[in-house]
Amino acid sequence: MRTETGQPRGNPPEATSDLPPKASNWATPVARLEVGTLPTSALNLNVAGRRLAGPVQGFGRLWQKTYRVALTDAEVTPEAIIRTWKEHFGDFWPKGNRFYGPLTSLEPGEVAVLNLAMPGKMTLSTGVLVIYADDESFAFMTPEGHQFAAWITFSSYRDDPAPVIQVQALMRASDPLYELSMPIVGHRMEDQFWVATLRALAARFGDNDAKVELQRVCVDRRRQWRYARNIRQNAAIRTTLYRMSHPRAWFRRGGA
Amino acid sequence: MTSGTTTIEVHRLSPTASTIAIQGDITSGTEPALMDAYTRASDDMTRSILLDFSGLDYMNSGGIGLLVTLLVRVQRQNQHLLAFGLSEHYRQIFELTRLDDAIGIYETEATALERAIWLDGD
Repeated sequence: MRTETGQPRGNPPEATSDLPPKASNWATPVARLEVGTLPTSALNLNVAGRRLAGPVQGFGRLWQKTYRVALTDAEVTPEAIIRTWKEHFGDFWPKGNRFYGPLTSLEPGEVAVLNLAMPGKMTLSTGVLVIYADDESFAFMTPEGHQFAAWITFSSYRDDPAPVIQVQALMRASDPLYELSMPIVGHRMEDQFWVATLRALAARFGDNDAKVELQRVCVDRRRQWRYARNIRQNAAIRTTLYRMSHPRAWFRRGGA
Repeated sequence: MTSGTTTIEVHRLSPTASTIAIQGDITSGTEPALMDAYTRASDDMTRSILLDFSGLDYMNSGGIGLLVTLLVRVQRQNQHLLAFGLSEHYRQIFELTRLDDAIGIYETEATALERAIWLDGD
């Protein structure tokens, strides 16, 4: 897994006496996402010009999913874990998935382009914005068209005696098509992705036998039909249409 | 009710509207206190819940998630959720996270209550 460069947008506010403490932990509002220069290997679709879409703007049922791993025999602080994770975020992703983010550590306001492996050897191009970051956690928000309308928080804390690493997503499927796929492949793929990521991160700190716990809570069973129109932005459909209209893209590194 | 560095108080403004006043921090650890406050603020007559953020010191991404959970509970009861007393910084966070699509933001308790009364008439 390789992390590629990107240009930050929506930079955090500079500290002034008018701002509350830790104000710079948050990104500033952005109307539309902007993407900087990316490697030619990146499939850069469905990010630039998109608005952010959180759980309020999603269609499907609202889920809170928590993936957690406790490191055994690891002499490492939560702050060191988060620092490493921010600096090498994409390195821990499962093979076939690419994170085109900043070369340095993740900071509030930065935009990353994601090329995600989908069933049938397809690739979905979408992105995320870093909305929050401090020494012990950071959080992403997804753009329109992403499979999920979500906030995803990455954190580490000490649960004596072991340090714990956690991914927690508050998410709705963005549109009816994604929602249909949730019980079939959506939940399973998401779970496999973050379990593999946490295991890889745990291995970085010497725990090669980490057991990842998963907790899934349906916070709201109701679907938000007023957001069914989100399907117009569906990144999976748009990526597929792009591939079909640009045959050379099939031979780009990463395949279909 | 107090949770860590957070104190939450409930005030009845009218038979159909209550204020939940937050003093301190909102993080994921504030969930029990905030949900308890909502239980105390809401009954069969309640149509609007007003969140008073004038005493808010700090909110992280976990706190934002908590507000979505509260919003779901409010909407499940066919109630409205409004907010007032936000600093400019936290107004921007509501805008960044697009929470302001679902939670109306007002300058003062009076203007929020005025809106709540109007919504109650719908």
